[in-house]
Amino acid sequence: MELIRGRSWSFMLMMLVLSAAAPTSWAQRFITVASTTSTEQSGLFKHLLPAFQKKTGIEVRVVALGTGQALDMARRGDADVVFVHAKGAEEKFIAEGYGVKRTPVMYNDFVLVGPKSDPATVAGGKDILDALKKVKAASAPFVSRGDRSGTHMAEVALWKSSGIDIEKEKGPWYRDTGQGMGPALNTASSMNGYILTDRATWISFKNRGDLTIVVEGDKRLFNQYGVILVNPAKHAHVKKEMGQAFIDWVISPDGQKNIADYKIGGEQLFFPNANDQGA
Amino acid sequence: MGELLSAAGEAGRLIGGLDPKLTEIVLLSLRVSLTAVVLASLLGLPLGAAVAVARFPGRQPLIVLLNALMGLPPVVVGLLVYLILSRAGPLGHFGILFTPAAMVVAQTILIVPIVAALSRQVIEDAWQEYHEQLRSLGAGQFDSAATLLWDTRFSLVTIVLAGFGRAAAEVGAVMIVGGNIDGVTRVMTTAIALETSKGDLPLALGLGIVLLSLVLGLNAAAYWVKEAAQRRYG
Amino acid sequence: MLPLVLDQVSFTVNGKTIIDRVSVEITEGPRTVILGPNGAGKSVLMRLCHGLFAPTSGSITWQGEANGRKRQAMVFQRPVMLRRSALANIVYGLKLAGVSPRERQLRARDVLEAVGLENVADRPARVLSGGEQQRLALARAWALGPEVLFLDEPTANLDPGSTREIESLIGQVRASGTKIIMTTHNLGQAKRLGDEILFLADGRLVERSLVSQFFQQPASAEAAAFIRGELPWS
Repeated sequence: MELIRGRSWSFMLMMLVLSAAAPTSWAQRFITVASTTSTEQSGLFKHLLPAFQKKTGIEVRVVALGTGQALDMARRGDADVVFVHAKGAEEKFIAEGYGVKRTPVMYNDFVLVGPKSDPATVAGGKDILDALKKVKAASAPFVSRGDRSGTHMAEVALWKSSGIDIEKEKGPWYRDTGQGMGPALNTASSMNGYILTDRATWISFKNRGDLTIVVEGDKRLFNQYGVILVNPAKHAHVKKEMGQAFIDWVISPDGQKNIADYKIGGEQLFFPNANDQGA
Repeated sequence: MGELLSAAGEAGRLIGGLDPKLTEIVLLSLRVSLTAVVLASLLGLPLGAAVAVARFPGRQPLIVLLNALMGLPPVVVGLLVYLILSRAGPLGHFGILFTPAAMVVAQTILIVPIVAALSRQVIEDAWQEYHEQLRSLGAGQFDSAATLLWDTRFSLVTIVLAGFGRAAAEVGAVMIVGGNIDGVTRVMTTAIALETSKGDLPLALGLGIVLLSLVLGLNAAAYWVKEAAQRRYG
Repeated sequence: MLPLVLDQVSFTVNGKTIIDRVSVEITEGPRTVILGPNGAGKSVLMRLCHGLFAPTSGSITWQGEANGRKRQAMVFQRPVMLRRSALANIVYGLKLAGVSPRERQLRARDVLEAVGLENVADRPARVLSGGEQQRLALARAWALGPEVLFLDEPTANLDPGSTREIESLIGQVRASGTKIIMTTHNLGQAKRLGDEILFLADGRLVERSLVSQFFQQPASAEAAAFIRGELPWS
């Protein structure tokens, strides 16, 4: 009696472990793409990837992290393709030999968001550098992502362009949260602070509180995306054919049209520009 | 208050509508955590019994260590497992990073100390009562450990449930080793984290209510089974 | 296995001497009763003989060998039953003794019948009454077919009716060829069930004589005081 029980237990256990491990780890056609939280949260991938899978049968698995983390993950060989928006960091990645080539894909833009009460009086302005100077002058609460993301790096670059070394000159009004776009927006919303965010995340963000867009349209706020194949010379297991197929599709007219077609509330979020070689 | 009410509404809508995405996420959560708790019990229960019954140098420090490891932060476990399973790491060639298998591994590591430390205590208490009789009958350490595991089974059920609760509730480990990939490694807790960070708080809370109901249901079922069996077996 | 020879056996714990240089040879045949006041060391001496404790100094040998573990059994003052049926408790002991599965079931049922517990064979052992559990403990020990049966105050916690039952069963076990060695603090029981008395006081073997002689003409002052009721007997 006890022997039979013992055997059927171990059988059930085997089945359990296999079934938990099974469907996804037995190799099907898939690639792993390291991308950013803001891109994932904009909902673009949910719109874009099924079209690619339908065409090629390749499943795309996106791991969404901050840009810095995404590139590190690729350096470790845990991704096949990188899809981020930080040109400087991307070029460094390639220079270090971890990526094959960088191809521009699309851009979206950042907007400065702030409380309706607008203590720094920046609303309606067209100059982001001017607005940032005013925020600092007014010591108005400002939330930063602080997480080495593309957005964070863009923010730091803008402070620099306006003549402010934010690391040295920040005060208690500058809240460095170390979080992704969504959580940082939550923080800004609850403390009625200013924050730089990408338009896509803002449009789908539901917890706005008293915040609204105060500055937009400045060319310096444009946010360029690039796609890179992880270098198979560094990591032999990289799925280079499938990864390249993804890159080729995303910059093809079909892929670019798909990107342009993605809208929230009638608004286009991403602007394809694979043809713009300088991007 | 308004958010809590809309959360309750969301939870109702999700469950009532049997949203297929939700079902997929719930089933994956159950698969991962249940598998982890079964594996952790297979490893942790014999370990707890062995430490309870055997006497060896270093036993006391080992007990202290096991108790301390109950407090392992999930995010730390996740990070360690990630570094090991990463392609750049020692076990990268298995290629199980960002799959449910990696999540099972991380959660198992998280729960084994809980099962081992708590079962050690329960079995050591029983050992006080049983050890003379068992030795008199000729049971060696191995037989004694096995016998005590069976005899304390009702208390052990509660311990296993505690382990399951810990696994089902954690987000730090599965987020890092699973990557929260849509349709592949997204479980309840990581979905809640995602919706929270997107600012969709009612949906996040709604998912939270679904998760709590699930764990509550499982605990209630286990409790009734245990009570019935206990009445039968004393 | 017999004779059991104790040679200058002492047992000290934390500097306190519980058994003090006891030397005795216990042979086949007479029912041996170890008598003595509270704290004399009767239970400890039993456990030393049975092998549950190791002497601090001196030697304990069975028929010249040090390891006489095999054909003995012990019934404790408080019966310890496993969380399973009465029958299963007996089968457990037989399994440890290496008896075949079929033989185990047959022998277990036989011995249950012999002690009058066949009606409760499938009841959980832990819900039986105190008297029934002690009868079951005796049955479990008897089923092993021991050459020597140790009993440590077997009826101390039982009512008179159950006590009579146990005493009668001890008689049956004796009749089936098993040597009886038991402790008691009850003078009446010692007279009823003993052939020879080993009288212990403060860890020393003070007197050894046949029952009739011990009660009529105790050789030592301690024994005399004990019988008169001056020494504490709980």
